[in-house]
Order: sequence, then C-alpha cells, then structure tokens
Amino acid sequence: MFNAKLPEPSLDRVDGRLKVTGTATYSAEYPLENLAHAVLVTSTIAKGRITGLDFKLAESVPGVLAVISHLNSPGVPGYPPVKQPAERAPIGTALRVFYDDFVYFSGQPVAVVVAQTLEQARHAASLAQVNYQTEKHQTDFEANVSKAAVALSVQRNKTSPFQDYDRGNPDAIKTADVKLESTYVFPTQHHQPLEPHAIIAVWETDDKLTIYDKNQGVKSAQGNLASAFKLPRENVQVNSPFIGGAFGSGIRVWPHTIAAVLAAKKVKRPVKLVLGRELMQMSVGSRPFTVQKIAIGASSDGKLTAITHEGIGQTSTYEEHLERTILATRAMYACPNVSTRYRLLNLDVNTPTWMRGPGDATGMFALESALDEMAHELKIDPLEFRIRNHADTDPERNLPWSAKTLKECYRTGAERFGWDKRTSEPRSMQANGLLVGYGMASSLYGFHRHPSKAKAVMRTDGSVVMQSATMDIGPGTGTAMTQIAAKMLGVSPNKIRFDLGDSSLPDAPGQNGSATITSVGSAVHVACEALKKKLLTLAAAMPNSPLANSRFEDITAKTGRIFPTANPSASISYADILKYHQLPQVEVTEESKPGPERDQYSMYSFGCHFVEVQVNPLTDEVRVSRVVTCADVGKIINYKTARSQSIGGIVGGIGMALMEESVMDHRFGRYINTDFAGYHIPVHADIPQIEVYYVDQPDVYVNPIGSKGLGEIAIVGVAAAVANAVFHATGKRVRQLPITVDKLV
Amino acid sequence: MDEFPDGVSRPGDDHQEDRRFFLKQSLAIAGLTFAPVSFLQAAELDTPIDPADKVKIALTINGTQRRLSIDPRSTLLDLLREQLGLTGTKKGCDFGQCGACTVHIDGQRTLSCLSFAVMQQGRKITTVEGLSNGTQLHPLQEAFIKHDGFQCGYCTPGQLMSAVSCIREGHASSEAEIQEYMSGNLCRCGAYPNIVKAILDVKTGGDPV
Repeated sequence: MFNAKLPEPSLDRVDGRLKVTGTATYSAEYPLENLAHAVLVTSTIAKGRITGLDFKLAESVPGVLAVISHLNSPGVPGYPPVKQPAERAPIGTALRVFYDDFVYFSGQPVAVVVAQTLEQARHAASLAQVNYQTEKHQTDFEANVSKAAVALSVQRNKTSPFQDYDRGNPDAIKTADVKLESTYVFPTQHHQPLEPHAIIAVWETDDKLTIYDKNQGVKSAQGNLASAFKLPRENVQVNSPFIGGAFGSGIRVWPHTIAAVLAAKKVKRPVKLVLGRELMQMSVGSRPFTVQKIAIGASSDGKLTAITHEGIGQTSTYEEHLERTILATRAMYACPNVSTRYRLLNLDVNTPTWMRGPGDATGMFALESALDEMAHELKIDPLEFRIRNHADTDPERNLPWSAKTLKECYRTGAERFGWDKRTSEPRSMQANGLLVGYGMASSLYGFHRHPSKAKAVMRTDGSVVMQSATMDIGPGTGTAMTQIAAKMLGVSPNKIRFDLGDSSLPDAPGQNGSATITSVGSAVHVACEALKKKLLTLAAAMPNSPLANSRFEDITAKTGRIFPTANPSASISYADILKYHQLPQVEVTEESKPGPERDQYSMYSFGCHFVEVQVNPLTDEVRVSRVVTCADVGKIINYKTARSQSIGGIVGGIGMALMEESVMDHRFGRYINTDFAGYHIPVHADIPQIEVYYVDQPDVYVNPIGSKGLGEIAIVGVAAAVANAVFHATGKRVRQLPITVDKLV
Repeated sequence: MDEFPDGVSRPGDDHQEDRRFFLKQSLAIAGLTFAPVSFLQAAELDTPIDPADKVKIALTINGTQRRLSIDPRSTLLDLLREQLGLTGTKKGCDFGQCGACTVHIDGQRTLSCLSFAVMQQGRKITTVEGLSNGTQLHPLQEAFIKHDGFQCGYCTPGQLMSAVSCIREGHASSEAEIQEYMSGNLCRCGAYPNIVKAILDVKTGGDPV
C-alpha cells in the first residue's frame, strides 16, 4: 500500500533549531585558544618529481610559523622508510603526505604553510616556490583506454564480484531477434558538498591527538590516524557532530587531514586547515570517469534474451578504486544470458572515491538507457517492457528477494505521473511551444548492514540519552534514531537526546552505503528494548508492583510510564522506578548485527522515477518540469526527513543528467572548471516540485526494524530517466553525460 | 583583530548615494594601501607587506557597535568567522558563487566573501545570529524547520538571509519568482522545493519579516 500521507508523526529535525540559528558547530568552527591557520601548497604538474623548494620568501612573511614539506616533515610513523633510491609507490598505497619528492597528480599537497592568521598563511602560501622535473603524464581516458585491465586486486581475489561473469550462454547475444549495442560515457563528477573539507588538529600531548574533522565515519578516521601515527586507538579523539554534506567525499581520510595533523605537531599548536573550493575538486576524490558498452538482445515479443555489459573505470596510478558499475545488470531483470566485464584504467589523477549511489548510479544510467532504446526499437512502452522483464527472484543468486514491490512502485508512479498520457513517438508531445518528453527508469540499491552498538541511558527525571558513534552528514540521523527510541521506550521525543559524531561513543559504522538506519537504527532498537526490560525487572521488584508478574510481551510503554497492556491504569513511571531504587541512572549498551539471513534472501531496495522534461525547440535548452519518484525501502521511520532525502537524490540526479562534469585540460592534467561558475550544480530555478511515494511496508527479513537505506537509491536511475525523457522530447539519444545543449543541436 | 578603545569617527547613518560612497571607500583603501612607509618599502624591496599595519574600523554587527583593528586583507566573511566567532555565516566557495556567506549590509543581502572588512566602516551588518528575537525564532527560521528546508544545514544561514531579503524586496509572490530570486543560494543536499515552500508559507502568512 502506498501512503502519500504521513503514516507516523513526522518529528521535526532534532537539530533544526541549531541549524537555523547558525549555532550548529561544523568542523572549522571550534574557537580553540592559540589556533594557527594552515594553507596547502599543491603541485601544479600531474607527474614528476620535486627538484627544489624555495620557501625563503614565504617564511619571511610576518606571522608565519612554519612551512612544512617532505624535507622537514615531522614524519608519519606508519609510513615505511623512504627507499634509496626513492621509487614510485606500488599500486594499493594511499598517498603518503610529505613523504618523498614524487608527484602523482595535479593538486597533490607538496607543502603546508602555518601562520598566526588565515590571511598571513594564504599570502605566504602564494609565495612558496616549488620546482619540478616534469614527466609525461597520462590523464586522457579515451587516448589511453587500450591500457585498461583487470584490477590487480581482482586478479588476486578469485571470489571478487568484479571477476568476469557469464550467466547462461555468452554467445546468445549474437542470435537475438533484435540486438542493440551502444557506448555510454560518464564524466568525472565531484561531490561538492557546500561545506568545504576542514579539520582542526590538536596534539593534547605527544601521544594524544584530537581532531575536529569533516568525515563520514569517526571510528574509521580514528583507526586510520591511530595506525598512521602509531597511537593507541583511544588516544585519538575524533569530533564530527555536524557535517555540511559529503555524499562520499568524507569516507576516506584524505591527505589534507594528515597534513594538518603534521602541521600541528610541528608548530605545537592547534592548527586549522580548510580546503578552498578549487582543492575540493582536486583532493577529496571524485566519481570516476567511466565508459560502458552494453549489448542488449530481446525477442520480438519483448523479452530480454541477452545482455553484455562492460565497464571501464578511471583510477589513479597508486590505488585501485572499484565500484559496482556492472553489478546491477546481473540482478535487475529476468534475463537468462548475462555477461559482465569490469576493467580499470590507471591515470595520473587523484584516486576516485564513492559518490552517492557509487557504481549503481553509473551502471544504471547505461542499463536503463539501453532498456529505453530497446523498448523504442521494439515499439513497446518502456514501462511495459520493464514489467515484462521483471525479475521475480534474484536471477544472479537464484534466491528469493527479502521483499520486492517494484511492480507496485511502477503502478503508483505511472498513475501519479500520468504516464498513460504519453504518446509513444519522439517529438509527439508539445506544450506552450516547447517539446515535452516523458521518461522513466528503474532504480535499485543493495542492502548493507554492519555490526553496530548503541548505549541507552534512563535518567532519574525520565529523560533518555542515546549514544552511538554514528554520523549525520545531512539525512537526519539523530532525528530518526530519536523517533525509534521514543517509540520503543514510550518516551516523548523531546525528552530524548541522541549523541553521535564522537569517536569515544559505542562502535558504529560510518555513514555510507545507505547503512545507517539499517545498522544503527537496529542497534538503537535493541538497546531500547534491553533498557525497557531492565526497567521492567526493577519495576517488578517494587512493593505491590502491578508489574510483578508481567512478561515483557505483555507490557506497554507510553508517556514515560510502563504498565500491563491489559491494565493501563496500573502504570509506573520510569522516574519513579529509578527513585525507588535510588539509582542515578540505568544504562545498557547493546550490539545489533546481521545474521545468516543474507544467505537465504537477496536484499535490495527497488524503486522508479518518472520525469517530464520541456525542451526549447530553438535553443535545445532542457528543463525538468516534473518528477514523481517511488521507492520501496521497507518501513519509513520519519516521512519528512525521508522525503527530503529522496528529493535530494532527484536533485543530484538532475545535476548528473544535465550539468555536472569535471573537465580536465590534458595538456596540464588539471581540472579547469574548479568553481561553481564552471562546475554547475542545480540551483533553485532548475528544480520543480517533486512528488515522493513510499511503499512503507517493513521488510521483515533484513533487520529488527524492517527499514532499508534510502540515501543512494534516491539518485540511482534518475539520470537515465532524464535522458529517456530528453529522447522522447527530441528524438535525440544522448549517451554521454551531461546532456548539454551542444549534444542536442 | 583587537578591539580598541580609541574609536574612529563614524560617518553616521545618512549614507550617501552608492556611487559617492563607493568612491570614498575606494579612496580610503587606496590610501591605506600606499600611505604607510613600510608598505612603500615593501614594494621597493619586493618583500611581503607587514600585516601588522592594521586598520581601525567601527561597524555595527547584529545591533552591537564594534570597534576593531583588522588586517586590511580580511574579507567580511573571515572577519566574522575567524575573528569575531560569528560562525553562523558560512564559507562555501569564497568566490561569491554559492551564497552560503550571505549577510545583510545596511539591509541589503550581500556576499560577505566578496566584501572586504575595511569597506564596512559605519555599516550595519546583520548575520544569521541576529535574525531571531532572543529565543523567539524568526518566522522564516520556524518555516524552514516546519518544511524541512535543509538537510546538512550548511547553506541554511545563507538561504535564510536571502529568503528574508527575497520577501522584503517583494520577490516572493510565486514559487517561480522565489526560485528565480533565490538561485544565488546553492544547496547540494537539494532542499530547494522545501525552501521555496517555506518562503511562500511565510509570505502568504503575512508575518512581518
């Protein structure tokens, strides 16, 4: 059943007031005493060696405290000694900061200037002289594509999902009734969170480090820094309670973080380092440039008979970044013969990283475009074509789905959108002198759940504190968790505080892979359940307790009180339980983790997007005029914040489809559109009102709360839906994103 | 930055028309840049300028008059964030392209990253910290919460300051008009439809902004 209304009371964001008053504290905003400012000096060449550093002028700037490079770095103890003679890092080595004289990409940190004030540091950094011996770099994907190969890490791992895959007869494509083959090009894209990456690093003592840092996982940042600086884990404290967006750019610890920690060590003061917008495009990863070839075969009655999907992704020369590009094709449709191949191309660029819907957003652009092309060729409605090829079980793993209501998503989406008004011929619909196009695409995203802990504390005043080292990069983690706790404990949400973004809290995964609700939400659920059980035991021990013989299943909690479900008037308040036992607080810490269900069911979220575009026939300007999106992500915890996340995914998908592309000048191996004037993201005027629908039924096999993640599925498939709508409007099939005017003329 | 007791004269509130004011400010900066001997020597010696040559200004921030001694290179944004601890105003791009740093200068929405602090002599600055009335939120702040007009919250102060101006300027009569006049404020989380609803809600509700 679809629910357009609010199925549960939708709590406003618990941190809303802090965010609208400007009092939410982001990483660069801690007013520490004696704070010094750092500005990076970065390489201006894409490949070569540093032959000379002249910092005399920079160092002479009043206020400058230090200029640090590989020549005078305090050193990262976790790095091996520099080999003599020095040699390039082997594949699989994260960039070592201020380590030796090698340059691996343009924009690589080669020095950092530390000064009393930001103005001094910035000016001094502009005076730092770096000389290079330039080597010929390779950054042009298309010119080097013949060098693409199976990743070394895949060669070494025979069970890697990125091994060559063949289901059925790999030659079936040759004998298909109808066969299409196309190449789809996905440009490099950047996350571009509005908050630049920032860190304040503080060495409290020689072996105790505190950082205030923009990242997506305080525990992984803690572990990474502990191992780099050879410190006990507990000696590294990571504070990241507010993150101004990240979309994947904060999953790793990047070189600038290490640079700030080294700088703080050198000057023995807290050091703040904030990346400028230009460096946001050079130093915190990207969605990789990817070329995909899809051959698709179908019978004349509209059944898929064969798909081959080859993907080649860009990576750096020192690390292999693999993503799910070709994997969705194996699971999405009922097709007996499927082959996939995945290759990497090493270029002199910064290592790409995960960006919202990594791999799936890329792969589903190609697959869902190809489906649309085939539907057109067969003269079958694109939605009908997808329904005919619906996979009732997982064709890759031969397992039942834990839950799948994609056909309901199709039906509701089509109905709300008015898909039946679509006339099939391209250029056949017009309104107000504009060409109108209707396009749609399916969406899927794998289910991820990781072991996660949460602590639940009941205090004497009946208020609750929940703690977990999880994150909130924007979706509203604290709000959803508060709602889960409120429901389980029967306590008003305004009496619950949820702490996150602090590495000293109980273990939780970072915020990525749409795994927060599924993992941490489950931990909060079981922790609150354990707390309630503990409180029931205490209540039962009170004299004349109405709960003396109550089983847990037979009690209800409401408005801060528990009572036998059959006798609501015989209630005891949590506060009274603690008072009677003279306890300052009652606490539990519980862990929740996945079990064998993963081997019994195939777990995905599914959904679909319907898009209307209007194209000016004279200028070929494309505008998205309407979007309807439907998803089945299990039980919705908070409809308001979920809806915002879905809208955010659509907005990101519209950017991906129509404007986002990081352009590199291959003469210099350097991105040239490194600001918002060059790298366009959607603005207010680009985005229409967006309708969002959820199935909102718990998936009972995935976890105790029945919820699946939403962050990624919201964006997967959107670009294809837009491209398909553009084809319907104009008759032009654009297979290279973004769909800019020059490709339509 | 230091607060200094010996104030400088304020030009008063009777602001001249814009061009005249701009000329005055430009001359003031030219004077600041070339007059001190150390600066001239610096130019001749091709060595860095001594930033110890600070400039004294007086301005009003969120209703409080401040007398400050500042680095002439400081932008208003960096003055607010790095020196005055007013971190509600955000730095998103530092190029005037994202709107996160939007503040009101004498009632006009302005990008504080493109405004030098020394140009604010005598001006009245309002930041997001000055938007609410004590603990009582501004109607737009309430509406942003109600309509979930943000996710990560980083662009929010700039969106709010622009939204106030959008209504005050008379550019909030329809969704399309709001979209047009709010397009200088980027939101990567994609809260646009909710922000537009929040602004329209406040505009049609008639609460004074």
